[in-house]
Amino acid sequence: MFAYYLELALRSLKRSPGLTALMVLTIAFGVAASMTTYSVFRAVSGDPIPWKSAKLFVPQIDNWGPNGRGSDGEPPNAMDYNDAITLMRDHRAKLQSAMYQISPSIVPADASKHPINVSGHAVYSEFFPMLDVPFLYGSGWSADDDTQRAAVVVISSKLNQKLFGGSNSVGKTVNVEGKDYRVVGVLNDWNPQPRFFDVVNSGGFSTGVEDVFLPFQRAITVGIPNDGNTNCNAVPTESGFVGLQHSACVWIAYMAELDDAAAATAYKQYLDGYAHDLQQSGHFGWAPNNRLRDLPAWLDNQHVVPSDTKVSLLVALGLLLACLVNTAGLLLAKFLRRSSEIGVRRALGAPRMAIYAQFLTEAGIIGLAGGVLGLLLTGVGVVSVGWVLPKDIAALARVDFSLLTLTLLVAVIATTLAGLYPTFRASRVQPAWQLKSN
Amino acid sequence: MTLHPILAALRKHKAGVVLISLQIALTLAIVCNAVFIIGQRVERVNRPTGLDENDLFLVSQQWVGAPSSDDPAGVEKLDVMQKEDLAALRNLPDVASVTPSNSVPLLNSSWTGSVSIKPGQQLGDKSGTRTAYYFTDEQVLATLGLHLVAGRAFTAADVQHQGARDQRDRPVIIVTQALADKLFPQGSAVGKVIYSDGSSSPSTIIGVVARLQIPSTGSWGNDFAWYSTLVPTRLDSSYARYVVRAKPGRRDAAMHAVPAALYAVNPMRVLDDDESVKSFADIRASAYRADVGMAILMGVVCLILLCVTAAGIVGLTSFWVGQRHRQIGVRRALGARKIDILHYFQIENLLIAGVGVVLGVLLAVGLNMWLMTHYEMTRIPLLYVATGVLAMLAIGQAAVFVPARRASNVPPVEATRAA
Repeated sequence: MFAYYLELALRSLKRSPGLTALMVLTIAFGVAASMTTYSVFRAVSGDPIPWKSAKLFVPQIDNWGPNGRGSDGEPPNAMDYNDAITLMRDHRAKLQSAMYQISPSIVPADASKHPINVSGHAVYSEFFPMLDVPFLYGSGWSADDDTQRAAVVVISSKLNQKLFGGSNSVGKTVNVEGKDYRVVGVLNDWNPQPRFFDVVNSGGFSTGVEDVFLPFQRAITVGIPNDGNTNCNAVPTESGFVGLQHSACVWIAYMAELDDAAAATAYKQYLDGYAHDLQQSGHFGWAPNNRLRDLPAWLDNQHVVPSDTKVSLLVALGLLLACLVNTAGLLLAKFLRRSSEIGVRRALGAPRMAIYAQFLTEAGIIGLAGGVLGLLLTGVGVVSVGWVLPKDIAALARVDFSLLTLTLLVAVIATTLAGLYPTFRASRVQPAWQLKSN
Repeated sequence: MTLHPILAALRKHKAGVVLISLQIALTLAIVCNAVFIIGQRVERVNRPTGLDENDLFLVSQQWVGAPSSDDPAGVEKLDVMQKEDLAALRNLPDVASVTPSNSVPLLNSSWTGSVSIKPGQQLGDKSGTRTAYYFTDEQVLATLGLHLVAGRAFTAADVQHQGARDQRDRPVIIVTQALADKLFPQGSAVGKVIYSDGSSSPSTIIGVVARLQIPSTGSWGNDFAWYSTLVPTRLDSSYARYVVRAKPGRRDAAMHAVPAALYAVNPMRVLDDDESVKSFADIRASAYRADVGMAILMGVVCLILLCVTAAGIVGLTSFWVGQRHRQIGVRRALGARKIDILHYFQIENLLIAGVGVVLGVLLAVGLNMWLMTHYEMTRIPLLYVATGVLAMLAIGQAAVFVPARRASNVPPVEATRAA
């Protein structure tokens, strides 16, 4: 029966090629616009570490008090040096790391080459197992290296390619800021987007790759300065990078792994206890106002998904809706014009369900054709947004199998839905009335 | 012509009429808001920074193994290195002037603080006025192309230097007209004293420039976008930025000459090929890329939407014309002129579009209000909505014209033919 409806539908569509083309184009453009904006939205709203994001938490400590809070009562979104070091020393989570953004220079061994600048983070050893960072060669450094302030470094595969031609460089030395560091690990391709471990400084997304990771205390000792944001509620009383460490300025990101709800509750209690002690000792003139958000909540709180992306998606969905209304109108006119044909079929004993099957097949075919054309337009659209949107975001949007499948599905289902009311009207055609009028 | 027959005919196509009005309403709502977004972005991108942007470029560089800026001896060494660089750049044949600066407008790398007419105000206090500092030297006005509207420019004697993370007194400063007006609503700001970042040592305003945007283009900087303060101080650290004005039309040549000149002074430095020497045009383009991209995206959506709606009206009207061939023939046979048939379809469209735009205005305002509560959006001016309404009605009339004219060409003899 389906083959018969297919034939009927194709014949009907061929009868008015202009109208058919109009409906197919409408669906194609509507679907392509929404799928293109969806591909961008999907790219920026994805979970960067889905298997673990619910276990990763970002603590915030209110070290500025009521005057430093935003209008929403939120504490600062980074930590000062003292709080970060205390949390690291107390070591209450399973795994944790304080970190800050660095941008040191690397001097190539080959004297004929100019020094280069790389970006990275100063982190603790637990950073690597906590974030399941993949290694190509070697591994992260040990907790001993942290306390010893060892001159060790983890480099990206990209930097390894540049400096060592991609060979296993573990044990070799790299000159960072004029001092030699021993390579302990080379990362496999690792470029999570958003840059979830430090969204405050990366602004969420980043075109570059993290090239170096140094032990936190080592970087502090040799004075590799913070390259990320520094926010102060008061001018530091001492000068220089050391002065910054003694100030209440916030510039350090922090992440902790807490495996279950009980651990998270215990950690929150610990944070509040810490702030309470500081209140008791007179350092804080206010009650504890801390936060402990898991990673998805933190990304949401920091507005990692740009509002432009959300508004674009919304507007494009509106466009799709308008296209569907348009298609519904055209299908209605087309179907009702065939009232006499319907009347004959019904009079010859076709049940209402048969009319439904026939006309929904026709709508489905239009949807399928619109979807196929929409696939091409979506491809064009995704390539085009690469030219107009900011590079860090545009680079993430790509066409893949699931996007293609979704495009087709949305086109077919949406068009069939648009065809429902016209089909309902067609199935209500009174056979006797139609036959009489002819 | 009375409306009665048109209304009676429309009643027979209730569903079709509802669908097309709904489509016009949706189109109007989306297009109004999208065009409003485009307008806002275009306005944002076109606001002048206050600089003379032609022939301007920025050099960002970092010394390798440089002395620490945390100890005084290191600061002095770094300052010598910076002055060598400045001298080398100023000697280049295609360069007109050079000034060191921690940032430039649109660079999104800023040092912000707060200034107050009272001493000792804490940063956290909301009483101060937020400002962005440009730490620079006596050549800043000429290099950036700023217009001094009152007072005097910096002289070489005003210029100090300090470690980049140090706090120093700022005896003289130049502020923008906007900041001067905010701090001293009555009368001239020149010669007046203000206190920056909670300091209790005064800074005297020696000059006022017409306009200078802050480095940040983010929404957090919107409240103080024009409140800039110029401080005649070279910042010394392992990192330095130089703003260079090339001789007219010689920007590319000057940019090309910079790396070799700086490497000749000291090869132990980082000068990236792409990032270190950047024209101001490139800085502007990357600062506003998201805004331009959003405007283009909204423009494309509007274009598709308007085409779809216009095509939909053509399609549906053509259909109705085909359906009513016989009736049209009857009317013509009874004496209706061609123009009457044309007007019939035009008025019919005007009625449908009229219902659509009334609904659309409500939807447009509703969508705008929803966007205002969820995203950074301001109230849509009525002018946008009114223009949208007129545009929709015009598009409806334009779309209906072709099928309506075809209808008017139906000969009276149609009346006698079988359907």
